[in-house]
Amino acid sequence: MLVLFFSDWLSLFTHFLLLSLLAVGGAVTTAPEMHRYLVDQQHWLSDAQFSSSIAIAQAAPGPNILFVAVLGWNIGINAGGIAAALLGVLITMTGLLLPSTILSYLAAGWGHKNRDLRAVRAFKQGMGPIVISLLCATGWILASAHNDPARDWPLWLLTAFTAVIIWKTRIHVLWVLAAGAVLGCFGVV
Amino acid sequence: MTMSNHSQPSSLTDLFVSFTVLSLQGFGGVLAVAQHELVERKHWMTNEEFVEEWAVAQIMPGPNIVNLALMLGGRYFGFPGAMAALAGMLAIPLIIVLLLTAVYGQYSSHPAVIGALRGMGAVAAGLIIASGLKLSGSLKSSPLGIPLCIILGGISFVAVALLHWPLVFVLLGLGSLACIQAYRKLKR
Repeated sequence: MLVLFFSDWLSLFTHFLLLSLLAVGGAVTTAPEMHRYLVDQQHWLSDAQFSSSIAIAQAAPGPNILFVAVLGWNIGINAGGIAAALLGVLITMTGLLLPSTILSYLAAGWGHKNRDLRAVRAFKQGMGPIVISLLCATGWILASAHNDPARDWPLWLLTAFTAVIIWKTRIHVLWVLAAGAVLGCFGVV
Repeated sequence: MTMSNHSQPSSLTDLFVSFTVLSLQGFGGVLAVAQHELVERKHWMTNEEFVEEWAVAQIMPGPNIVNLALMLGGRYFGFPGAMAALAGMLAIPLIIVLLLTAVYGQYSSHPAVIGALRGMGAVAAGLIIASGLKLSGSLKSSPLGIPLCIILGGISFVAVALLHWPLVFVLLGLGSLACIQAYRKLKR
């Protein structure tokens, strides 16, 4: 069993504080660094636990950032049980959210107060085409995780079909998600 | 940009509940649902405003969607609003994901479960692409002009989706070029 001392929890916390500030473009961009630290360097989590933490957070409702909570939970479970697991969740989530939350809150307030400044308008409108295209790129990357055309073409078709139907109609996203789950459940995709 | 001509959240409770509802619909990511709920259902913002706020949420460190919730909550009710939106986004989904983690071991190898997750993953990818396509309509009023928007969007898509460049290079590099050009155009 894993034994974690106060100093270990503290270094987990400070490491996540640092990662928070590096997470430009989304928390998931820091996942490789978390893997290096938690699995390779500290051996607090196994490789399989790390991957399944991300998979669970993807499958559950809510923001993907919750994979960080699952990582903290699993570290705590490895270190002795439910109480430690809850401490792990508290430490990883607070660590990852605190700096970025303060910074974003202050920046957004400043930006809103100065929203008529030419520089602020230029930033918000100039970034438009790039952030929109990054959305499409994110979807593309998620879809291309399945990269065997012979086996995965039905999945790609489902992705493309979803994109078009949600773009062009007003159908609710939950119906399409449910359809995806059913198709997958019966092995159609 | 003013928000006075839109609907808006009526109270902290409304913010918390709205963001909880929004978050609980977000399988495989909340962004696609956020655009649907905030723009199309609640009318708290237009597509144009969503893109502008999203640009700020994306460039700041931390999870984008959490930043967006903070910014919106803070806009209407100051710091308590930001915390209410943040709590709505995270609290209930956090409990659910931890419960799922606790039972995951028993079902993780069941073929039907694996299949359902595969199917939902493919849909989630399509949802994100769809929100990009929907929001692209807002670029018609961009000071950059449509041709330049297409070029910038095309380059960043290729860089990130096909060449797998780090996001931060694209945001800072191509982003600063775009902002400088927007700055020059806005003068006139």
